Amino acid sequence: MQKQLVTLAASAILSLTAVSAQAAILDDVKAKGYVQCGVTGGVPGFSAPDSNNVWTGLEVDFCRAMAAAIFNDADAVRFTSLTSQERFTALSAGEVDVLSRTTTWTMSRDTQLGITFVGTMFYDGQGFMVRKEDGIASTLDLSGAAICIESGTTTELNAADYFAANNMEFNTVVFVDQDEVVKAYEDGRCDVYTTDSSALAAERSKFANPDDHIILPEIISKEPLGPVVRSGDSQWFNLARWTYFALLEAEELGVTSANVDEMLGSDNPAIKRLLGVEGDFGTPLGVTKDWAYQIVKLVGNYAETYDRNVGPSTPIGLERGLNALWKDGGIQYAPPIR
Amino acid sequence: MTTRDLGHDAAPRVSFFNDPKIRGYIYQFIVAAILVGFGVWIVNNVAVNLAAQNKTIGFDFLWKTAGFDISFSLIPWSRASFYWEAFLVGILNTLLVAFIGIILATMLGFTLGIARLSSNFIVSSLATVYIEVIRNIPLLLQLFFWYFAVLKAMPAVRNSIALPFDAFINQRGIMVPRPIPDEQFGFTWIGIALAIAAVIALRIWAKRRLEATGQRFPVFLVGLAILIVIPAVVFIFSGASVAFELPVLERFNFKGGLQIPPEFAALLLGLTIYTAAFIAETVRAGILAVNHGQTEAAQSLGLKDNDRLRLIIVPQAMRVIVPPLTSQYLNLTKNSSLGAAIGYQELFNVFGGTSLNQTGRAIECIAMVMLVYLTFSLLTSALMNWYNARVKLVER
Repeated sequence: MQKQLVTLAASAILSLTAVSAQAAILDDVKAKGYVQCGVTGGVPGFSAPDSNNVWTGLEVDFCRAMAAAIFNDADAVRFTSLTSQERFTALSAGEVDVLSRTTTWTMSRDTQLGITFVGTMFYDGQGFMVRKEDGIASTLDLSGAAICIESGTTTELNAADYFAANNMEFNTVVFVDQDEVVKAYEDGRCDVYTTDSSALAAERSKFANPDDHIILPEIISKEPLGPVVRSGDSQWFNLARWTYFALLEAEELGVTSANVDEMLGSDNPAIKRLLGVEGDFGTPLGVTKDWAYQIVKLVGNYAETYDRNVGPSTPIGLERGLNALWKDGGIQYAPPIR
Repeated sequence: MTTRDLGHDAAPRVSFFNDPKIRGYIYQFIVAAILVGFGVWIVNNVAVNLAAQNKTIGFDFLWKTAGFDISFSLIPWSRASFYWEAFLVGILNTLLVAFIGIILATMLGFTLGIARLSSNFIVSSLATVYIEVIRNIPLLLQLFFWYFAVLKAMPAVRNSIALPFDAFINQRGIMVPRPIPDEQFGFTWIGIALAIAAVIALRIWAKRRLEATGQRFPVFLVGLAILIVIPAVVFIFSGASVAFELPVLERFNFKGGLQIPPEFAALLLGLTIYTAAFIAETVRAGILAVNHGQTEAAQSLGLKDNDRLRLIIVPQAMRVIVPPLTSQYLNLTKNSSLGAAIGYQELFNVFGGTSLNQTGRAIECIAMVMLVYLTFSLLTSALMNWYNARVKLVER
């Protein structure tokens, strides 16, 4: 009798916690002491463990920036590697607090999955990689070619659209895991490997002979990649969004991790506001006044993380292009902090 | 208080709460209440959490355009097809690999099981090595081996290995000519049906004659001759012809003919080889379960070796073999979902993977996939139970 009562009571408590877990993500994160961040299984430059098993990459740095803003510690992050099939379920079920995993912002994802996109960390587009020896010059030559694709991605849909629109024969081999897609392409199962062009460059850098492969010039889609949070918690959403903006704002104002301490004494009011010298923009976000100072100090600004992870000097070697700031000819743009 | 009064009227052996019958009811009621409560809580929890995430439950998505591609499909598929069609494609692909896999695994498994009992040392030890190695390596690893290791060893499209009869094998799969029968070929189908009917009639007649006169008739050889001769004669005299569509090398790959993709071949091979090892052990156990006295009794009756196996040993062994064999068939069907890992577009890959991800309908998609596997398994079980009832010992 008593045992059953205990079970009932336990399940009642469980159901209460299941509901209350929906409440305030920031409070939960502060209580547990780290940000749980969903990343890829390893796309160099975006999120991949380095030789010391430390996660690095542009998207990893976003999570580190959030941790810096909340805990003044860029290492207060734990990473969960997710396949593209698992990612949304993991986020909406609360297994991760923020998803920063080469995820394309689309309308249906934003409105139907119970998740909200924060912004665009990286403007990307879908490209195609082929072997040089096949002598393919354009995507329009690809009719009938075997194409390796990761399942459950926008890539899969874009490619189907593109081939249908151009009346080309479409022949796919679909895998659940990115690693298997790449392996099947390398082993010659497919003539073509398609995904976001940045990821193509990243994967190519891992090949034994990167020069044997070329990325075709056509970009067939818009792929704005950005971090995602659960819907319904505007405080957490704002914190994520303004972490992203703070990275951009710092670059625009010329504040870097190297000069951030001198910049504290700057006369520029915009820098003063960014670094919390003037006004308090942190408390309404649920963090301290110097939140952006901590981000820049511990992680750097957008340009620093870009150059460090995917920029021209890295093996991935991507120019800024669309991802330059608006004043430099790109479309990265942050609203003013005031 | 009323309970006490009742106790006085009836035999006052035990108090109300100590009556085992009453106690039984109470416990059953409590268990039922907890179960129902748990179910209600689960449903409520799902509803509350989905509402919090601004999601609903419903199956209307099945009538939306899928928008992705499935390259291996038994029914016509295009990117404009609906999600329910994707569901159907997945089911058919799963059924295809499971059906062929069950047939091949049964044949290979029976051969191996008998081989392991062979008195020939080399045959029996080869079978033992096969069974022990295959049974003890996880299936997923074996699938990766067949897919990635064997695929890597295959030549590129331009260096395809040419097989006899215009068949080719390369990294993209196996290409064989596709037979295209003309209209006259319909008569041949009728001829085949006639031949099958004739063989069945022959068997019944031969059995009656054997029981009446004791004379044997070579049913197998004569039946085989009928099966070959009647359709062949009909084929020739109806003037039918069969054209072959040959695989032709194009820019990227062979086109035309029947193409067996490597994903399908690897999954089929992996499932067959793995399950056959288990079936072999089942068969060996079944044969060993037949008392040696049965063999001796058959020999002393003067039965030939063949008849002894066919009439005495196998029917008794089947009673032991069938129930575990059923589980192996079920395992094979369920294991086919591992095909998702090597890119075979079976039910789990198409519907539990891609469709789930594109629609975000996790609960609906997984529930549908689970229901399909459950249905497959229950149907296979029912079929095998029916067969088991037929071969089991008739008790008098």
